[in-house]
Amino acid sequence: MVKEIERAGIPVVHMCTVVPISKTVGANRIVPTIAIPHPLGNPALDADEEKQLRRGLVEKALEALETEVDGQTVFEA
Amino acid sequence: MSKLKVVHYINQFFAGIGGEEKADYKPEVREGVVGPGMAFNKKFGDDAEIVATVICGDSYFNENLEEAKAKVIEMVKEYDPDLFMAGPAFNAGRYGVACGTITDAVKEELNIPVITGMYEENPGADMFKKSVHIVETRNSAAGMRKAVKSMAPLAVKLAKGEEIGSPEEEHYMPMGVRKNYFAEKRGAERAVDMLVKKLKGEEFKTEFAMPDFDRVDANPAVKDLSKSKVALVTSGGIVPKDNPDHIESSSASKYGKYDISDFNNLTEETHETAHGGYDPVYANEDSDRVLPVDVLRDLEKEGRIGELHKFFYTTTGNGTAVASSKAFAEEFAKELVADGVDAVILTST
Repeated sequence: MVKEIERAGIPVVHMCTVVPISKTVGANRIVPTIAIPHPLGNPALDADEEKQLRRGLVEKALEALETEVDGQTVFEA
Repeated sequence: MSKLKVVHYINQFFAGIGGEEKADYKPEVREGVVGPGMAFNKKFGDDAEIVATVICGDSYFNENLEEAKAKVIEMVKEYDPDLFMAGPAFNAGRYGVACGTITDAVKEELNIPVITGMYEENPGADMFKKSVHIVETRNSAAGMRKAVKSMAPLAVKLAKGEEIGSPEEEHYMPMGVRKNYFAEKRGAERAVDMLVKKLKGEEFKTEFAMPDFDRVDANPAVKDLSKSKVALVTSGGIVPKDNPDHIESSSASKYGKYDISDFNNLTEETHETAHGGYDPVYANEDSDRVLPVDVLRDLEKEGRIGELHKFFYTTTGNGTAVASSKAFAEEFAKELVADGVDAVILTST
């Protein structure tokens, strides 16, 4: 899906936990996330902290979209 | 001659420990066979025997790659086996990646022959077919018998250090290895034969298959996100409560498009996941953990992004054929373009 969106001309960032899969699939902008069942959260945290964590990751994704990339690039949080 | 010693790696599911709720199971080693190992032992006959089985949860392995790898290698080393075997993983993505990763690591670290098996569309196949022997299997455990039938003889050959035949003969995925041989006809003649067959529309077989590089170059960066429309897409299966379009929990045949304009936050009452390939507890409790609507709403209010697109698109990435996902996205990407979407955040579990 990442590739088809990119092919349609829209910049796309892939947020996922298993980065090697994202690379194999062919994503160009990749943001690693927390865990497979809760990529953008952590149930061990309280609600506010968890939202803050999620916000950090989404901000990283937005930065990735604002960054020119040449080939596959992983944006570590 | 004594039997060759094999150590077998399987996941929590095939070990009978549990499904997704046990996917965080830490590596454990048990003497002898567990689960599919029984069928292998039978097929090995007098040649080989599984002496130990390593069990590890799929999520644990993939989320703790380095620790899991080191731990499993240590366990395998204890038994000093003649061969290390993993799977088969069929079309289970995380299991396939784990099988590929661990066979590759054991081969590198312990220098013993390794083998695994999986479906050709398993992401683990593309990642590791060049470095380890991966036997091609069907896409579900219904293909276990056939997988054992192909994997066991190749495993014995590898363990004995015998010469391995071509990928077609031995049922493994081409590893990109070229072998010299004496052909009866010279190259020019073979090339002309091939061309003639092609012109006649007959079947012909290339001697050098070109790799299938389906890469798409990155689009230029978004200039000003504060004036941009950002859309959310997920393979994590987030859907409105009760999954109104009945998106399948695996091998999805469709995707959903849902209006989120009235939502500032996804809750247990409004949304859930339809995905059957990970423990759904956390996503069902709060779907923002997969599809971050709450945070994007905040960022929209603060002017960091211009607008969060009215619709999100979703499917379950679990066992879904590459061709299907491609078709889904081809279709909805056109809508995204038509709706003036400037950027997409795609989340995966």
